[in-house]
Order: sequence, then structure tokens, then C-alpha cells
Amino acid sequence: MEQSMFIALFILIIPVLNFLFIGLMDDKLKPKTAGLLGILGLTVVAALSYFTAFDYFFNYGKVDGMYQSFYEAFSWMKFTETLSIDLGILLDPISVMMLVVISTVSLCVHIYSMGYMHGEKGFQRYYAFLSLFTFSMLGLVVATNIFQMYIFWELVGVSSYLLIGFYYEKPSAILASKKAFIVTRFADLGFLIGILILGYYTGTFDFKVLTDTNSSVFTSTPAATFMGASVLTWATALIFMGGAGKSAMLPLHIWLPDAMEGPTPVSALIHAATMVVAGVYLVARMFPVYFILTPEVLTGIAYIGAATSLYAAIVACTQTDIKRVLAFSTISQIAYMMVALGVSKFEGHDGLGYMASMFHLFTHAFFKALLFLGAGAVIHAVHSNEMSEMGGLRKYLPITHITFLIACLSIAGIPPFSGFFSKDEILVAAWEGDKIIFFCQYFVAGLTAFYMFRLYFNIFWGEEKQYEHIHKEHADCMTIPLLFLALLTVVTGFIPFGQLVTADGFGFDLHTVFEIAIPSVLIGVVGILVAWIMYKKPTQIPDKVATSVKPLYVAAKRKFYFDELYMFITKKIIFRRISTPIAWFDRRCVDGFMDFQAWWSNKVSVKIKGFQSGDVQLYVAIFIVAILVISAIICL
Amino acid sequence: MYSDIIALMRPEFLLLAQIVFLLIYDLFVCECGKKYFDTIACGLFVVCSVISFYPFGGVTVFGDCFGGMFSTSEMSQIVKMILCLGALLVFLQSKTWLNDERIVGKRSEMYILTLSTLFGMNLMMSAGHFLLFYLGLEMASLPLVTLVAYNKWSKESVEAGAKYVLMAAFSSGMMLFGIALFYGSVGVEGMYFDAIRKYLMVQPIQLMALVFFLSGVAFKISLVPFHLWTADVYQGAPTNVSAYLSVVSKGAAVFALMFLSFRMFANVFVYWQYILATLIVLSITIGNLFAMRQTNMKRFLAFSSISQAGYIMLGMIAGTDMAMTSVVFYLLVYLVSNIGLFGVVSIIENKTGMLTISDYNGLYKTNPKLSLAMTLFLFSLAGIPPFAGFFSKFFVFMSAAEEGWYILVFISLINTVISLYYYLLVVKAMFITPNENPIEEVKSDCFSKIGLFICLACTILLGIFSCVFAFISDASFALF
Repeated sequence: MEQSMFIALFILIIPVLNFLFIGLMDDKLKPKTAGLLGILGLTVVAALSYFTAFDYFFNYGKVDGMYQSFYEAFSWMKFTETLSIDLGILLDPISVMMLVVISTVSLCVHIYSMGYMHGEKGFQRYYAFLSLFTFSMLGLVVATNIFQMYIFWELVGVSSYLLIGFYYEKPSAILASKKAFIVTRFADLGFLIGILILGYYTGTFDFKVLTDTNSSVFTSTPAATFMGASVLTWATALIFMGGAGKSAMLPLHIWLPDAMEGPTPVSALIHAATMVVAGVYLVARMFPVYFILTPEVLTGIAYIGAATSLYAAIVACTQTDIKRVLAFSTISQIAYMMVALGVSKFEGHDGLGYMASMFHLFTHAFFKALLFLGAGAVIHAVHSNEMSEMGGLRKYLPITHITFLIACLSIAGIPPFSGFFSKDEILVAAWEGDKIIFFCQYFVAGLTAFYMFRLYFNIFWGEEKQYEHIHKEHADCMTIPLLFLALLTVVTGFIPFGQLVTADGFGFDLHTVFEIAIPSVLIGVVGILVAWIMYKKPTQIPDKVATSVKPLYVAAKRKFYFDELYMFITKKIIFRRISTPIAWFDRRCVDGFMDFQAWWSNKVSVKIKGFQSGDVQLYVAIFIVAILVISAIICL
Repeated sequence: MYSDIIALMRPEFLLLAQIVFLLIYDLFVCECGKKYFDTIACGLFVVCSVISFYPFGGVTVFGDCFGGMFSTSEMSQIVKMILCLGALLVFLQSKTWLNDERIVGKRSEMYILTLSTLFGMNLMMSAGHFLLFYLGLEMASLPLVTLVAYNKWSKESVEAGAKYVLMAAFSSGMMLFGIALFYGSVGVEGMYFDAIRKYLMVQPIQLMALVFFLSGVAFKISLVPFHLWTADVYQGAPTNVSAYLSVVSKGAAVFALMFLSFRMFANVFVYWQYILATLIVLSITIGNLFAMRQTNMKRFLAFSSISQAGYIMLGMIAGTDMAMTSVVFYLLVYLVSNIGLFGVVSIIENKTGMLTISDYNGLYKTNPKLSLAMTLFLFSLAGIPPFAGFFSKFFVFMSAAEEGWYILVFISLINTVISLYYYLLVVKAMFITPNENPIEEVKSDCFSKIGLFICLACTILLGIFSCVFAFISDASFALF
């Protein structure tokens, strides 16, 4: 136990040291050294994470049949007796699971990037940022209190910003990084306000207290209300707003598709597997608060999740940039996890949704990272993101082809791949929770299969294009991570997740519910078949379908005009109606006051120059006069 | 009996031992041994300081001796530690200056004199009797005069020495007059601080005594209107001595005033609060207004230190334990930032002789590390987060605002804006103003590098690690 805390500390320290070292040395290091250093550090981190997870799940974690949370922290800032900000490490099933996910994907990305980023300018900087990101993300999951989490939350945002804008000479990358930062920061404003409200009314930031259902947080709830809802509802809803920003839930999803401007391995790590699930993790972390104190917010989360998954799936069917298809698929899959949390209950087998959400998070991280890395390999080979410039690549990239196919089957929910198991549990949970949401998610599952295989057939089948300088694939640092992730995609579904990660810490057995599993596989197969017919060989069918539902198609292709809506609101309403008067006030009143201050200081300082003449006699005279004046004042 | 005294006066005895050792070493060691004089002096100082303050076996001895003349408390130990740190940093920065061929023969004197002043300051901190206090004060200021006039070949240095000794003598006279009035109003017994607290009534004669006495201390702190010597002396004195004057000497006076006002003048505190408030406003404002127009770096730093003294006093005005903590913390932060600043200035002065602000134009091109360090110290002094200076200012303002001094805090806040202006002038000179011939690349010796590194580390970390503040807070809580 003690030893595990120590190891967990090392897991955090190694990446941050790597970041500082590589970042400070920068050009003094050879690119290869920087890369190898990063890989070496991450290998150690991954090994330690696996050890921690193994030790926790099979050795000391379970006490009386229930997984406990372990806690080690020191007080950093103390406000009142109970309210303080601690820094520390929290080990419980979900944080340990996240350690494994993050370190595994990060390691794969580190190795893969050696090949993908080879010869790029700023290679060392890239590895330094990767280390920074890994550190921040690991810190986020082991945070012991919501404030510590917030600190790392922001760090994650910063490193994501830096990596999206890695190609800083490209205007589109700069715009995308700015957009990502501003949108998530806006969401984090809600998060911060939520934290402060929660801290004020419950008197604690600690997850330990917030998740202990016997603590005073749950026995005495504050009666204060604001605009018809209790303050706690506001607090948890605002906290969810932060999570929705990071996890790209409707309507804060607009940054994620643009974030694909970053290097593809970065998209795999940050915008598919780890950072974007931080919102899900946040809700899971505070699940007792949501479930017991504010169930209405949890229901809201379920509906937002359902709407987002449907929206993103429809948009994904129309995109032609392969990374954007994957981005929308990520949004849709994260929304799945949110739905599962939203419909979940707390105790025993009723907490299936919670378990399913975490399970899907786990499996999704691997197959989606695999998809992104595969897409990266394709882009690396043909130097383009556009589907129309690809086709027939299965001959050139056999390993990528097979691994991509595995990942597609997994995300489409075809057994025995991991996605089938986790998605199936989510559907069961949705069936038990809310029928409308179930049918929505069921439909989305079909759409998912369709658009993923649309992508697959377009890239690897179809008409072969004329390629210039195509990179032939061979076993190297780019294919090894693909194979490893493909292996994980095959096996992770068989992990008895229900025994390990549950809402209340007690394990339960999972059964495949055939009434739901068989239809869900069937709709997946239907989606694949449709994609097969439409895209296996170049046909006229896609165009015909597109013209037959033209308004819908165009709207979906433009992402239902969300970007335009945001531009309208910010430019036309906020900038013109609100910012302009404030700017006027700032320029006239605030600056005017400052100018006045400058003016009088300047005047007076010229006037009093004479007192500092250098005459000791004058100094003494002033001294005496001052004493006499003060004595006179004080004695009167 | 004697073992008690030795235990209580451990830092003082060790300082004396060092002085004696350095004297003998300098007299009897051959030339080749003297080459390592700086290393030996600094090393010895570090070792002795550690021994002085390390709580051996967890036993920390606090108490009185010599019939209450000398007393120590947890707070006085902390304060002595801070002064020691300041002296160490000044030693580290002085190496280049002391190895100038014109003074290398008498470099031991610098260490011995500085250690003597430190000894005097330690007596001031622990004094329980006016006699000892006055002795300590003189011990702390007379050697400084010789240090100020150390560069004998330089007219300015000698002139500064003369000015300092005249003004110091004058202010000592005022202070002695104040002490005499106390004695007159209370009697023989009244030389003890505890007795004075008992007998201190609101009589005109005692209030007069208070004013005269405090003016002497205010002179050392260089509060307006007792500050006039500051700029001339800082400018003329060797830069490292100016650093010592502006931080350690000033700090000692502040701490002494702090102990006295909480131990002795608690009864009449309300009477001089308004006087103090006036002095604070004057110091901050006038210090700022003069600093804006300076072209000489050392004069600029002198006025900036006057204005900083005002902020330090602002912490004192509330008279609570929080106030005491904030004063000590402020001084600690001011110490590292200001010595760091003086360190950079002295490195550049000793190597190139450049001293005006316009000489610093374009410094970033040639000396990026020094410029960055200097910027950091300036930011800390101006109170920009996340550097320590922000936190120290914040605590000072908070302690004053807690007791309802809102107007005072507001005036000080406005003044921080003005101070930001002139601190940024230097930053602008270094980074933005173009210059055809910037100062060439300067190589500093490893002593200065260590010193600057300590200053930098403290400036960055002191604010973030709240344990330092909590530690001081515990000690000051014990005094109330």
C-alpha cells in the first residue's frame, strides 16, 4: 500500500522530469536522443502503472469484498478547518484503470511518433510536450480533490493547445489551437464556479468525503436555492459543463474536429483516448454526488449524451477528411459513455451503466487510438487527409489494413472484439434506464458501423489512385504500436470488468443479454453491408442518396451550422453589443484614471527634486523639523 | 549557569569566534593561503550559521540571561536566521569586488566588519535593556561607515562615508535623547523594556521620548522624512555594501522596531499608529516619485528601497500577529529579491563599470541569463504574481485591511502601479530599447552565481510553498 503510493508518485515524476529535461535542452539534444528518452521514460511509467494496477486489483485493493480507495495527501493551502486544498494521490478502481489506459496509449504514441514525426522541425519540442501532456493527464486521474483535478485539468488543456498548434507556421493549426483553448476555457469557467459553489456549501473539496455516502455531505444538504434550482444542482451542472467542454458534448463540441490540425499521433493520444474522456472521468469520479444529491442533472447528462451521439454519428457519415470522420466518431463514442453514466444507478448490479461506461472508456481508448494511428499511417503514405485521394491501399499497407479492419469491427460492435462487449453493456444499461435513449443509441450503433466502414472501404478498397512516392510499409516503430493495439482490441473485451470497476466497489458478474446483443450485432452488420454496397466499388449510389436527402446532407456536411451559430453569437452579439461599451469604459474611465496618475506623479516628482540636494546641513534641518512637528502633533 | 548562557547566545559566540579566527588567519597565514580567503570565510560562515540555528537534539533553548538583559524567542531566532542569510548572500556577491587589486590586501576587513555589524544586530534583536540595545545599534552602524568608505581611492565612496557617519551620529544623538527622557520619566528600573511597558503612561514626556527614539530607528529604516542620506550613501558606497545597507541593515532596524513596538509600546500603540501611517504614505509616495526620475542604477535602487520600506511598515501598522508574520515574510522576500538585484548590478559594475540605466539598453542580446534574472527580481519587487513579491505584498495589504486601514491600503495599491512603471523602465531598457553597443558578455565568478541562484530559487519558491509563511506565523503567534 505504502509502496504503491511511492510508485504512483514516480509515475508522475518521470514524465515531468522528462518534460523539463527535453524542454530545456531542446536543440542541444539530438532528435533521436529526445525520442528515445521519451520512450524510455514512458516504458518505465507503463511498467509501473501495470504493476500498480495488478497490485491494486489482485493484492491489497479489495477489503471485505469491496474495492477501497487509498489516499495520501498533504495540505497545500488551508482555508478553514475542513476546507483545504491538498495535493496527493488517490488510488481507486477508476484511477488505477486510467493509469493503465494513459500509459499504454501514451507509450504507443511515443513509439509511433519516432516514425511519424521523423525529420520534422521541432521534434524535441514535440516530445517535451508529449511528456508534459502525459504528466498532466496522469496527475488529473490521481487527484485527491476537485481543486487539484482542476489544476491538472488546465495543464492538460494547455498541453493540448500546444500540441494542436504544433505546426505553428500553419494558420489553420493556430486557429484550431486557439479555438480549442478558448472553447474549453469557457467551459472551465463553469467548472471553476461549480467547484467554488460546491466547496462553499459542502465545506470540502476532497473526493474522499464527496464519494463517501455516509459523510455529512449527503446527510445534510444546503437549502439555498438560486433561480428555482438548489445550489447543489447548479454546482454539479456547472461542473458538468467543464466536463462537457473537455469531452466535446453538445454544444461545446466545436473544437474537437478542428483539433485534428495537430499531428495525428497527438490526435490519437489526446483527442481520442485520454484527454477527451476526462469529462466522463470527472462525472464518474463524482458519481455519488450526481446520483444521490442531484439526480436531475444526471438525467440531463443522459439526454445530452444521447443527442450528442446521434448528432456526431450523422455528421460523421458526410465528412470526407478521414481524421474528421474519426473525430466525430470519437464525439459519438464519448457521448455513449456519458449516456451510460446518465442512466446508471449506484448499488450492485443496478450500477451497470457506470461499469459499462468505464468499460467502454477502456476499450474505446485502445481501438480508437488504433484507428487514429492507422489513419496516421495512411496519411503518412499518401500525404493527404482526403478520402477522395485514397483507395485500394490494402495492397500497399497490409498491416495497417488488417489492424484498421479489426478496430472498425470493434467499434461497429461485432463480436468477439472488445467494442462489442462494452457497447453491449451500455445498451443493456440504457434499456434498463430509459427506452427512448435506448432506441437512440441503438440507431447510432448502426450509423457507427456504416460510417466506419464507409471510411474503411474508401481507404482500402475502391478505385486505386495514382500515388506519388508512396511509403511502403515495413515492420518498424510505426507498425509495432498498431499490432500491439490490435492485440489489445482483441483481448480487452474478455476482461471481467464487472468484477473490478463498479460504482460502489462491489463486483458483479456480467452476462451477455442475448435479447439485446443479437439485434445490436445485427444492426452493426446491416450498417457494414450498406457501406459495402455503397463503397466497396465505385458506384453512383452515394451521390444518389446524397441528392435524395439534399437538405439534410448539406446541413450535416456543414456540421449543422454550429460554427456559424457561434460566430454569429460572438461577433454580432457579444462583440458588438457587450464588448464595445466595455471597451469604451475601459479606454475612457480606467485608462483615464491611470493617465491622470501618471500625469500627477510626473508633475510632483519634478517639483520635489530640490529636497535631495546633497547638503548634509539641509538633511539635518529636515530631520529636526520632522521630529519637532511629529512631537507637536503627538503631544497635542 | 554558564552552559545556559552559552546555549542561549550560541549565534553571538560563534560570530565572535569567527571574527577572531579571521583576524588571526589573516595575520599569520602566508600569501598562498590567503588565496582561499573568500572560500574559507564563506564556508566558515555557512558552517557556523548552521550550528547556530540547528536545533540539536530537538532542544531549542529560549529564555533570558544576564538578569533579563538578553532574551531569545523563536521569533528572534528566525529573524537572526534571515539576517544571516542576507549577510551570506552579500558575501557571495562580494568576491569580485574584494579581489580588485586596489583592495585585495585588506579584504579580510570586509568580512570582519560585516560580521561585527551582524553581531551588533543580533544583540539588538535579543536586547531586553536599552543599554544593550544601544550598544548593539552602534555596533551595527559604526563598522558600516568604514565599509561605506571602503573604496578609498574613490571620492564618492569617501564622501558617502562622511555623510553617513555625520547623519548616523546625529540620529544616534536624537535616539539617546529619547532614551534619556524614558530614563527620566521612569527611573533606574526603566532601562528594562519590561519595566517600561509597565510604567508607560500617556504623558507628554514619554510620548516625546517615543518620537525621538523612533526617529532614530526610522533613520536606519530610511523612512521619509529621515531618508535623505539614503540615496547619496547608496550611490557612493561600493555596490555590495549598498546591498547590505539596503537589506540587512534596514531589516535589522525593522525587526528591532517590530520587537520593541510589540513588547514595549503596546500601550501607546494607538498614538503612534497615525504618525506611522503618515510616514508610510510619505515613504511610499516620495520614494516612488524620486525613483521615477533616476538615471543612476544605484540611486534608483536607493529610492526603490525607501518605497519598499514604506510597504514593510504597512505590515507593522496593524499590530496583530498576522501583521508581525507579514512583516517578517515581506522582509525575507524583499531580502532575496533586492540582494539579487544588487547582485546583478554589482556583477555588471565590477566587470564594466557601467551604472546608468541607459547602459543597460539591449542587455538581453548579450547577457540573456542576467537580464532574465534581473527581470524576475524586478517583477518580484513590483509584486507581480506568481513570484514571491506578490504574496508578500498581498499578506501585508491583508493584515492592514483586516484592521480597517482601507484608505492606507488603497493609497499603497495606487503606488504599486507607479512602482511598476519604473521597475518596468529597467526591463524595457534591457529587452526593448535598441542599442548599437550593448554591454559585452559578462562572466561572473561562481560565488556570485551561487548567490544569484539562491536568490532566484527563493524568489520563485517562497510564495508557492506556503509552509514558510506558516512557519513564521507559528512563531509570531507564540509571541502574542
